[in-house]
This record gives sequence, C-alpha cells and structure tokens, in this order.
Amino acid sequence: MARDLLLRRGRIVDPSQSMDEVGDLLLRDGKVESCGGTLGTPDDAEVVDCTGQVVAPGMIDVHVHMREPGREDVETIKSGAHAAAAGGFTAVCAMPNTRPTTDNQATVGFVKRQGEAAGFARVYPYGAISVGSKGETLAEMGEMVSAGAVAFSDDGYPVQSAQLMRSALEYARTFGVPVAEHCEDMSLAHNGSMNEGAISARLGLKGIPVEAEEIYVIRDILLAKRTGGHIHLCHMSTKGSVELIRWGKERGINVTAEVCSHHISLTEARVGNYDTNAKMNPPLRAAEDVEALQQGLADGTIDLLVTDHAPHHYDEKEREFADAPNGIVGLETALGVNCTWLLHRDVMSLSAMIDSMACKPARVFGLPGGTLRAGSLGDVTVFDPKAKWTVDATKFKSKGRNTPYGGVELTGQARLTVVGGRVVCRAD
Amino acid sequence: MTGPLGKDLLGLDELSADQIRLILDTAVPFKEVSERQIKKVPTLRGMTIVNLFFEASTRTRVSFEFAEKRLSADTVNVASSGSSVAKGETLVDTARNLEAMRIDMVVIRHPASGAARFLAERIDSNVINAGDGMHEHPTQALLDILTLRDRFGDLAGRRVCIVGDVLHSRVARSNIHGLRKLGAEVAVCGPRSLLPNAVEELGVQVFDRIEAAIEWAEALNILRLQLERMQAGYIPSLREYNRVFGVTSERLDKAPHDLLILHPGPMNRGVEIDSDVADGPHSVILHQVTNGVAVRMAVLYLLAGGRPDLADAAKGGGR
Repeated sequence: MARDLLLRRGRIVDPSQSMDEVGDLLLRDGKVESCGGTLGTPDDAEVVDCTGQVVAPGMIDVHVHMREPGREDVETIKSGAHAAAAGGFTAVCAMPNTRPTTDNQATVGFVKRQGEAAGFARVYPYGAISVGSKGETLAEMGEMVSAGAVAFSDDGYPVQSAQLMRSALEYARTFGVPVAEHCEDMSLAHNGSMNEGAISARLGLKGIPVEAEEIYVIRDILLAKRTGGHIHLCHMSTKGSVELIRWGKERGINVTAEVCSHHISLTEARVGNYDTNAKMNPPLRAAEDVEALQQGLADGTIDLLVTDHAPHHYDEKEREFADAPNGIVGLETALGVNCTWLLHRDVMSLSAMIDSMACKPARVFGLPGGTLRAGSLGDVTVFDPKAKWTVDATKFKSKGRNTPYGGVELTGQARLTVVGGRVVCRAD
Repeated sequence: MTGPLGKDLLGLDELSADQIRLILDTAVPFKEVSERQIKKVPTLRGMTIVNLFFEASTRTRVSFEFAEKRLSADTVNVASSGSSVAKGETLVDTARNLEAMRIDMVVIRHPASGAARFLAERIDSNVINAGDGMHEHPTQALLDILTLRDRFGDLAGRRVCIVGDVLHSRVARSNIHGLRKLGAEVAVCGPRSLLPNAVEELGVQVFDRIEAAIEWAEALNILRLQLERMQAGYIPSLREYNRVFGVTSERLDKAPHDLLILHPGPMNRGVEIDSDVADGPHSVILHQVTNGVAVRMAVLYLLAGGRPDLADAAKGGGR
C-alpha cells in the first residue's frame, strides 16, 4: 500500500466543484480522500508544501501521437507518457495513426498495456474509425471499446466519404463514444504546406485555404445533427470554424471541439524563412484566426485545449519545407504556453483554463478524473502559474525536439504530477 | 568572404534597390567579354563552382556555365539523375559532401521553395539560387530588368505587366520584387486560377483582360504556361488560353504605343505568345538571353568578393 500524500496549503482550483481556495488535499489508496480545509497529517504520509502553487485536477490531453507501435525511434509510449507527466498531464489519449494502425482490439490492448507499464501519465487509446484509416470500411469499434478504446479517429486522414462518416457517428453512438475528426478537404488543401495568404504567396509555398477545414466542420456538424452522434472536431484553426461550431451548439447539436496551444499563440508569420518547426497540419493561421480561437475558448464554443503532440525525427524535419513532415511536440510546453497566452493576457481565468485542460476533457471523453471531489481518481496537477522558464528542447523527456518555442520564455510551469495518488513527476 | 551582396544570392525580396543596381551596373562591363574573340578572363581563376541542378534546365544551366567558364572558374555539373541524389541522399548531405571536396560556390536549382536558403544556412560556400520551387529565380529577374533598363534607362514609373501563370512562377515573384524596388509599376494579368489568392499583397495591380493590360503596359513579360496546368484543372484548354490570354500581334496593334516583349523561355509558340510577336521588332527575348550571361558573371564576381568599382579592370586580360 502506497503512502498517503498530503498536498499542503496550495491554491486548490477545481471548476468541477466551483472551488478556488487555499487548503489541503489528501490522497489515499489512489483516490482523493479529502479536499479543502486544513487537514491533519496522517501517520507516515508524504507531505508536500504547495504554498504559492495551484493544485488542480489532473490535466488531460486528448490529442497526442505516441508513435508506438511502429516508430519507436521517434517516440515510445514510455517516453511520451514521461513527457506528458513532465508537462503536468496525468492522462493522454493516444491517436491511432501508428504502424500498424490501431484499428483492432489487439493493438488497442497493446497501447493500453504499454501505458500501464510505463507508469507515468495514463494512456487511453484511440481506435481508428476505418480499417487502416483508409476511409473505406468501419473498423471493429465494439471490440476496441471492450479493449479500452475511449474514442475513434482517423486523425491525419480525414474521412473523405460523408456516408462513411455518417455510419461512424451512428455506430459509435451505440457505444457512447465520440468520433473525432481531422477536418480537411484534401482535394482543396491540395498538398499545401502552410496557410494560404500573403506569406504563402511570397514564399512560393502552396497554401491551405481555411475553407479546407471549414467545409468539413460544417459537413460533420450536419452529420451529427442527422445522426445524433457525438462529433468531436480536432485541432480547430480558423475563425470560420469557431463560427460554425457556435452555430451548431446554438442548435443543440452534439458537437465538441478542441484547439491546440500553438493555434492560440502563434500566427503564420512564425514560418519565417521556411522553419519546419512551424509546419503542422492544420497550419498556423492569421492573427484574426488566433484571436477568434482565443475568444471561442473563452466563451466555451471550443471546449478543450490540446497539444496534438507530434514528435518527428530531427532528420525528417531537417529538410525542404514542403517535404518536411507536419507536426510539433507540445506536451512539455502546453501549460506554459497556455498560461502565457491565455491566463496572463486575460483571455481566460485560471479556473476556465483548468476547466478546458482537466475537467472538460474528462467530461467530453467520458474519462475518469477531471475533479478533486472526495472519492474520485487521485490524479492531480500542481503548477506554478508565475514561474518563468526558457524552453530548451534538449531537456525534453520526449524524444522529439521539434518545437517552435525553443528559446522562448514562458510563464507557468508544472511542479508536481500525481497519478493515482503517486507522484510520477516532480520539477527539479 | 562577404562582399556587398552578403554570402549568398537567394532572392530579390531580400536585396535593397542599391544592391540590385550594383549587380546591374557590374553586369554592364561584363557584357563586353562575351563579344570578344577569346571569351575568357582570369577573374575567378582557381575557384571551384558546383552547378547543382535537381530540376531539368538547359538555358539557365548553360548560361551559368558560360558565365563561370568565361571567368575562368572550374565548374562541375551535378544533375539529380545519375547522382547520389537519386539514391535518396538528403539535400544537406549532398551539399556537405560536395563541400568536403573544398568548393567555393554552389549554384542550385531545386523544385522545393526555400531549398536555396536551406542550403545556404548549412554550408560555408556562397550559394546562388538558380530557381527554388515557386519562390524566386533572382538571376532571371535581374537579366529581365537589365534588358528593360537597356531600353528604358531609369525604370522609375515604368509600367511592366507580367502575363500568365504567376501562381507557380518564381520568375514572376523575383521580377515583382526587383521591379518594385527600382520604382517601376508592376501589374499581373492571367486567369484568376493561376494568380495567387493574395496577389495584390505582393504590391501589384491585376488585369483580368489581356487587352487592358496591353493598353496600360509599356512592357510585357510573358511567362511560360506549363502544359501540365491543363491536366491539373487550372485552365480548360491551351486553345482557350491562347484565345483569351495569348499575346498576339492583333492585340498589340491596338495598343496606343509599342510594347517591349520579354519572355523567360522556353516559349510555347501559339499558346502564351504568337510567333510573329516572339520574332517581331519589339521582342527582346534573345537580348535577355545574352544579358543572362553578363548578369551571372556579375553575380559570381560580386559574391566572390570582387570590388564593384574594379569590375571593368578585373576583366582585363593578362592580370
């Protein structure tokens, strides 16, 4: 039996119970024993002084690429879960674009077991929507749910057939899990490599128009309306998408949406002179999009903050822009980026930010956690929203070094990550 | 060694008007070398230059090679087929291996935008961009501008229209930057499907109709229409392109004044330009080609650290 853990005198911010007060938090047997007030110290308990720190429900990132199985040279479930814990996340959802594709119960079970064996952040597997994420036939969702899949996505490979997406929404509804879509009309995106606009015109790079995303956003919202299924829209990047989601929510359609930390902090200008660490899909957009995404988060149109953590090998990013792979790592910078761009610039309150990073992810994906109520999962993130630090990619626990924030000073850093009542990561 | 242009020539977007004028002025004395009986001066003797071409090119590669050889540099041509590039070696490894053989300059042509800069940031040798994807082709624009300057003198206030597939054209981008820096007014004309969506933000005006462009402009720079654009769905047919956007003598005859006709080549006669225009009295297309060698000699000379004021003396024989 593990020792009790007493987090003393932190500022407990738990939007799930509208709590924001200085107090103690006691964890016992993997669960929250008692939350708030001044608690006595049980015999043999480990006591951590959290004065000046925020104590929040464990943060959950529902959009992460672990690369295992298949590209263990780039990231393993162990290194990815370690990176998550270092960044303050107590749980992540692993996307199924592995090799082989996580489109069957055996691979789902493998991902889950590797996560448990790693012993850092919890790892919840996604299953693929279609076999091989090829967009042709539905994968065996029922078996995958039994094996531990928490949602379905063909992330990276948008479901081009509206009929297949309709079936996926209807079928997944049977099991009460969301279908998460990578919204991109690939015929319109047309192998583009950055946002279409003045900068892409100047750099001579093929542009991806915002409509490539928005056409799929409205298609999927309408299919959710038709089917009653739960559509979750991944990594939203445009002002128009925010408006369409708002339209859907106003009509009571079962749509939820997420935004990445890089899309609320960086614009297309970050591409500079072909910096492949600013290349991702969807691409960095214009300033008006960044502003609309921030507002969408603040008013609840966009539910979740995610990373779309996508490690790539150094050699793969070290090449011509159009040929470089999409994606950046984010697990170890997200909290700092979100604090810097959302909290300290008064876009969101501390409580609203925690809601989008911890409580709502649990609610939207039906995951345990997301609250510090007595009796709930003992997953806790302790962070210092005022700590200043400079991003040094060589210090990442992730194997990926592909970050656009290298050398950037952030304000806000995880101090202690607790999973099931056990400290899995502690800041130096 | 860093001369007045810096280490590399990557594009005209990053050059000042003075730097552009410097190249043009330096090219003038070098023109004469190609008119000599013995077309060779010792200016770059002992320098090794690699022409690294990842894309098929005849005109630009030959023009660079003449420029290099007439300046007495030692040159090696590396084409993407039949080299390690075809075996999957990365661009940076190819370049580092060449540099390990102690070279001085690389002239690179590559299908990816930004490839020349990518290379320049990773090797010590001077890098000259001979065309990177849809980004820039600075020496082509410099020779176009030199040709215009030969006829017009000062380009300030002169009206130049670039006609055709601006969307995919590095020649268009370099011309737009260079001409605007020298004070010219620049327009583009072509089907909207072959213009960048944000083309106005490059500082040009747009003519939808070639007739209006001809009425406005003093010079037309007519881009090659890549024949594969039709298959890709950008335009309905080459026949229609010629009927709507082709530069024909019939259209030019209606203009209130004579227009200078430029084309970076290779031409599709009967598509973007009719033969009687290409071969007509106002065509300076072959003059462009001649100027190309001189402009490239000037760029090589300046990047090698040559003093602009000594360009005339530097080419003098026997020294």
